[in-house]
Amino acid sequence: MGTRLNRAAAGTANYVDERTSIGGFVKFFARKLFPDHWSFMLGEIALYSFIILLLSGVFLTAFFVPSMTIVTYDGPLETMQGVEMSEAFASTLHMSFEVPGGLLMRQIHHWAALLFTAAIVTHMARVFFTGAFRKPRELNWLVGFTLMILSLAAGFSGYSLPDDVLSGNGLRIIEGVTRSIPILGEYISFWIFGGEFPGEILIPRLFTMHILLVPGLILALIALHLFLVFLHKHTQYPGGGRTHKNVVGLPLFPVYTAKAGGFFFVVFGVVALVAALFTINPVWNYGPYDPSPVSAGTQPDWYILFIDGALRLMPGWLFDVIPMEWEFWGYTLSWNLLIPAVILPGLFFGFLALYPWIEAWATGDRGEKHVLDRPRNAPVRTGLGVALITFYVILVMEGSNDIIANLFHLSLNDLTYFFRIGIFVIPVLAFWITRRIAFGLQRKDRELVLHGNETGRIVRHEHGEYIEVHEPLDEQERWLRVGYEDIAPLEIEPEFNDRGVRRKGYRWDRFKQRLSRFYFEQRISPVTPEELEEAQHAHH
Amino acid sequence: MHSLARRRYHRAAPVILVALLLALVTGVAWAISQATSADAAVTTTADDVTEGQKLFAANCASCHGLDATGTEGVAPSLVGVGAAAVDFQVGTGRMPMQASGPQAIAKRTQFSQDEINQLAAFVASLGAGPAIPTAEQVDPALGDAANGMQLFRTNCAMCHGSVGGGGALTQGKYAPNLWETTPTHVYEAMLTGPQSMPVFNDANITSEGKRDIIAYLEAQDAGSPGGFRLGTIGPVAEGLWGWLIALGLIIASTVWIGARSS
Repeated sequence: MGTRLNRAAAGTANYVDERTSIGGFVKFFARKLFPDHWSFMLGEIALYSFIILLLSGVFLTAFFVPSMTIVTYDGPLETMQGVEMSEAFASTLHMSFEVPGGLLMRQIHHWAALLFTAAIVTHMARVFFTGAFRKPRELNWLVGFTLMILSLAAGFSGYSLPDDVLSGNGLRIIEGVTRSIPILGEYISFWIFGGEFPGEILIPRLFTMHILLVPGLILALIALHLFLVFLHKHTQYPGGGRTHKNVVGLPLFPVYTAKAGGFFFVVFGVVALVAALFTINPVWNYGPYDPSPVSAGTQPDWYILFIDGALRLMPGWLFDVIPMEWEFWGYTLSWNLLIPAVILPGLFFGFLALYPWIEAWATGDRGEKHVLDRPRNAPVRTGLGVALITFYVILVMEGSNDIIANLFHLSLNDLTYFFRIGIFVIPVLAFWITRRIAFGLQRKDRELVLHGNETGRIVRHEHGEYIEVHEPLDEQERWLRVGYEDIAPLEIEPEFNDRGVRRKGYRWDRFKQRLSRFYFEQRISPVTPEELEEAQHAHH
Repeated sequence: MHSLARRRYHRAAPVILVALLLALVTGVAWAISQATSADAAVTTTADDVTEGQKLFAANCASCHGLDATGTEGVAPSLVGVGAAAVDFQVGTGRMPMQASGPQAIAKRTQFSQDEINQLAAFVASLGAGPAIPTAEQVDPALGDAANGMQLFRTNCAMCHGSVGGGGALTQGKYAPNLWETTPTHVYEAMLTGPQSMPVFNDANITSEGKRDIIAYLEAQDAGSPGGFRLGTIGPVAEGLWGWLIALGLIIASTVWIGARSS
């Protein structure tokens, strides 16, 4: 039996190979090495939730009718009986309450969408904090960043499809934000909605965007993203024997094929479990879209919530004197929309997209990096990352301010005033505290390398002295703690030469020096072999 | 031993026990439903007014004044607020007020329904105002939930949320959750506009419309067809659960898978 099976498998493989010469590729992929760490699977979560989205999405398209034609509801739902609604909304109710398994599929699709975006952000944070975006991977960071933006587009276009009150309110905000763009805003808005909001063509357009355009782009970019991972080889955490010139890990086949295959089912299982237990986006509660009602607790899905938060945070009048809405020659310039919903996300995402180049330029570090940084060994980058996350979380909390006020019995107004100051203060504090913690951890590492672990054993010498025995670190542990680069801040030539003539380009150099100092002025250098030698002498 | 046990536990015993339990539950439920429908039909006598005045003097007059005309900056005049306002405020425990704050908090009721009716009779005797609705006016079974949904969406949802789960107002005030509120109290609240709530008189929302809203709220008791509701506070709760539960469970499993290889 065994031999017959083997022969059949070999025969099939041979048949395919003789006709496609695929054997070489399979061999290459199967032998490709990957370093092992749990945090390298975060991107996989995003990939798998995308596959779940494709599978469940195909099911949903079989029942969804992307039409804004008005129909009268006649179905099992008592609270919608005889209510006028668009066909999009009616078909969503139909698939939720009349199609077997339809509601479960809708909930799987929506939970997978929340997970998709959350996994992308988590994966991005891992890449950021470990410095995996450095040369030669800057372009792949940009591909990943674009995927993140596309996931927001995919999520928001899907969230709006059922044509319910909640998502309609979201679209109304998007329309307002679009219109705040100077000169072009109104034209863009008319172009998107085919006239005045809400129009009659938006749902079919969003449908095409949601099921064809955006997922197509995401698929293509995922292929490019993974191709670049293969091309660059995967990064690895620091450790004994790991350098910028090698990869220490296990082959793709059979180790990672088995792991990744199994992990897909873990992700699918968790999504299915959550979708079976917890309601998500109950459109039957919100009702069909009608521009007049807005209910309490109107928020977008979490990944757009930060923009909502920025809009809630923005005062209509600055210090109660300067209006944030200017009118001249019959035109209105709405800074109160433009700043929080266009300029702020633009700066935030722009900084994120360009960070690999910003850091390389500021630090002057141009080498290829295949060994990851431990976050503590890049205190400024880690601090910046935590500050960005803090900034983002404050916006998300402000976006949920009514929920927070209601749950914790706080004043909505006070909460907003607190966040208006907090948005400037708390990220700076977060940066400073994080950097201090990183320095502390680096000092602890030095301490361990120089003096070893405390063993808790107290020994009394013959002459009466008490000492605690320290156990030196093993080589692997020491490698981990001393193997990082020690970069000194940029030194520049003086402003005036020896004849007292001012040098050209000095100001620019000084700016670069300041940036370099920002990164490296305060730093904890790794233990040098000499220092280690000296410390060991002192002990014996 | 075995035969003894068989004799003590007759084969029909579980069935009889379940039947008895069902009878008990039904009986209690019937008694409760009788009690709630009874309090809606109120007839007042002159005695009630006198008793009510005594209760008022002892429990409410320190703020509202002995003649119920209110105290400037402390408590409003109650002349003309009607029996419905008293039944709502005292019946939900909002009055007597526990402490000053952004708004009166609903708490355990301090009086029996008879005492509330006496208080209501006294306040109603001070000036004409809305009366306590009859059982028929608030019966959800007679309402049209679909019409209630549309009325609720245009009139109530901006504060109480899309299905009456509650929401925040300014300066620490809030619109409460409506699922535990009795139909009579919901009706009275619309009629009298307590706290920050506007008055929805019969010209705004007809008596039938109010009953439809009650039917819509009652329909929420069935729960969500999608599973646990996560407080029906919408995408914020969903996002939090997505991060904590879904991503949390999956990351825990990545750590587990990672740990097993090394």
